[in-house]
Amino acid sequence: MDELKLYTYIAVFGTFALYFGIAWWARAGSTSDFYVAGGGITPLQNGMAIGADWMSAASFISMAGLIAFLGYGGSVFLMGWTGGYVLLAMLLAPYMRKHGKFTVPEFIFDRYYSKTARIVAVVCLIIASLTYIIGQMKGVGVAFSRFLEVDYGLGLGIGMAVVWVYAVMGGMKGITYTQIAQYVVMIFAYTIPAVFISFQLTGNPIPQLGLGSTLADGSGVYLLDKLDMVVTDLGFKEYTTANLGGTLNMFAYTISLMIGTAGLPHVIMRFFTVPSVQAARSSAGYALICIALLYTVAPAVGAMARLNLMNTIEPAAGENLVYAERPQWFKDWEKTGLLKFEDKNGDGKIQYTADKVTNEMVKVDRDIMVLANPAIANLPNWVIAIVAAGGLAAALSTAAGLLLAISSSISHDLMKGVLTPDLSEKNELLAGRVVMTIAILVSGYLGLNPPGFAAGTVALAFGLAASSIFPALMMGIFSKKMSGTAAVSGMVAGIGITMLYVFQHKGIMFIPGTSFLGDMGPNWFMGISPNAFGAVGALVNFAVAFAVLQVTGPAPQKIQDLVEHMRLPGDCAEAHDH
Amino acid sequence: MENKETYWSENLRIIFICLAIWFVVSFGFGLLLVEPLNAIRLGGYKLGFWFAQQGSIYAFLALVFWYSAKMNTLDKKYDVGS
Repeated sequence: MDELKLYTYIAVFGTFALYFGIAWWARAGSTSDFYVAGGGITPLQNGMAIGADWMSAASFISMAGLIAFLGYGGSVFLMGWTGGYVLLAMLLAPYMRKHGKFTVPEFIFDRYYSKTARIVAVVCLIIASLTYIIGQMKGVGVAFSRFLEVDYGLGLGIGMAVVWVYAVMGGMKGITYTQIAQYVVMIFAYTIPAVFISFQLTGNPIPQLGLGSTLADGSGVYLLDKLDMVVTDLGFKEYTTANLGGTLNMFAYTISLMIGTAGLPHVIMRFFTVPSVQAARSSAGYALICIALLYTVAPAVGAMARLNLMNTIEPAAGENLVYAERPQWFKDWEKTGLLKFEDKNGDGKIQYTADKVTNEMVKVDRDIMVLANPAIANLPNWVIAIVAAGGLAAALSTAAGLLLAISSSISHDLMKGVLTPDLSEKNELLAGRVVMTIAILVSGYLGLNPPGFAAGTVALAFGLAASSIFPALMMGIFSKKMSGTAAVSGMVAGIGITMLYVFQHKGIMFIPGTSFLGDMGPNWFMGISPNAFGAVGALVNFAVAFAVLQVTGPAPQKIQDLVEHMRLPGDCAEAHDH
Repeated sequence: MENKETYWSENLRIIFICLAIWFVVSFGFGLLLVEPLNAIRLGGYKLGFWFAQQGSIYAFLALVFWYSAKMNTLDKKYDVGS
């Protein structure tokens, strides 16, 4: 066994042992432990847990790679996925914590006194969460197969088993304390290579400052200027100004991601775990610190990885890398099929340009940038091992949070709330654990046989959260008169138009060939891409809800009093059952 | 009763101020005004680019903590805290 593999085994299984130890220590004994960790999590702990919950395999592995190739256009992800926390902290979290229930659908049921609304919310939640988990499971499989060279399916199975042990045993309590550990692993794994690379390139070890510094090669040129020059010389768009489908599209995209973030149930339910309204407000702040630590480093990782990649292939203008002399990491990633070279002009050298005809790097998968980064920069093996453990921590922590959201919505909202109201607490806890086990098996199966539409569904998850859940929650708090009928009409209209738009351009249920308007820019409504359409869906939701409210009359006085009560922090009981 | 209503309207005012800043730093400086701001440099960063990839996130952080502190004072003033 070589040194890298040995280190990777130690890092990966060492962290797994840690998670098991924590899960055993924090076993859940009651439904309150299982759903909201007994309501006794401190804001800082909750902030770290939210950070781990929120930052998935996509944030850890894919985002910096997206930014590396989109440049300025990648800003929509940075602003969208952090700006949502401002909305959460001011518009949703404190009031929903005050109301003090276990789940988001339960809040919607109380506020809109409608079982239909609760079921609509459960369905949105399950679709959004399940599609998300598929991505995490794939991440686990890829990390195992690349770093430990075990079979993809076996890696996925190990990941499922690990999540099962601590999520089913510990519920929200076990998940929260494991997520805190996972956050620490993840943030070290992300920042250590970034610090090394920033220091190598610019002499400044802080990546956020390194990105704005001059290069350490003595040329006195700023890193970003150099990058702009290198990419434009090869015909790519200028890094610091490359737009993503026009200003309006970027605007709508950012809004969709922001309100989608604020409306994702697995994030909102984390705010039910803290003891008071004040703690809910401040834990949003701590969560944002934890997230910002990674999100402000990501643009540096992206830009520096792009520059390193370009410099490896073409160290100086015209002196292209000879294919036979390519470095080891290049060969490793070629094996996975995520990096492909084709010697079109037969000169044995690698030409990487924006021109499709002469470009010889026929495939450079964006997802490999973060994972390959330490190797491209020649960092020591233990750093690469930590990155592997960090990627797994990111995927597992998010999967666990999503599994809890799914299991609570089924055992608490569907079974206890609608189908079998006389379920005892003991049986509800058992049901929660059984549902979670089934959810793990289903998501494992989907991770092993990813449906063709898996990639497109992430857009749908955000679209659903943005166009249905966020507006319903916000109106429920800020408009006392908003009635159940009006809110349900709004939700249905918002989801309807968003799904219609996504399907008409991406295919019905993402089946290729069924898109009746084509997945082409010129056909998009005002140039807004399907991924960015949640913002329009949300507008439709608000408009329809207020129009219906005018016609059908306001919510009953009892509900208006409930809203009054929600708006005042007051004494805040532990999140409780009915 | 009047107390409750003024508490709520003060809360709304604070939220409004926060969201105005939230909008200006991200959608304003990072998107709509990015081109003119890019003419200004912040070290190696073009200013508009910096707001889009760094500055807006720092501003969000400051806003959330400021809101939290401001509301704690308000809770005390109206004696509605726990």
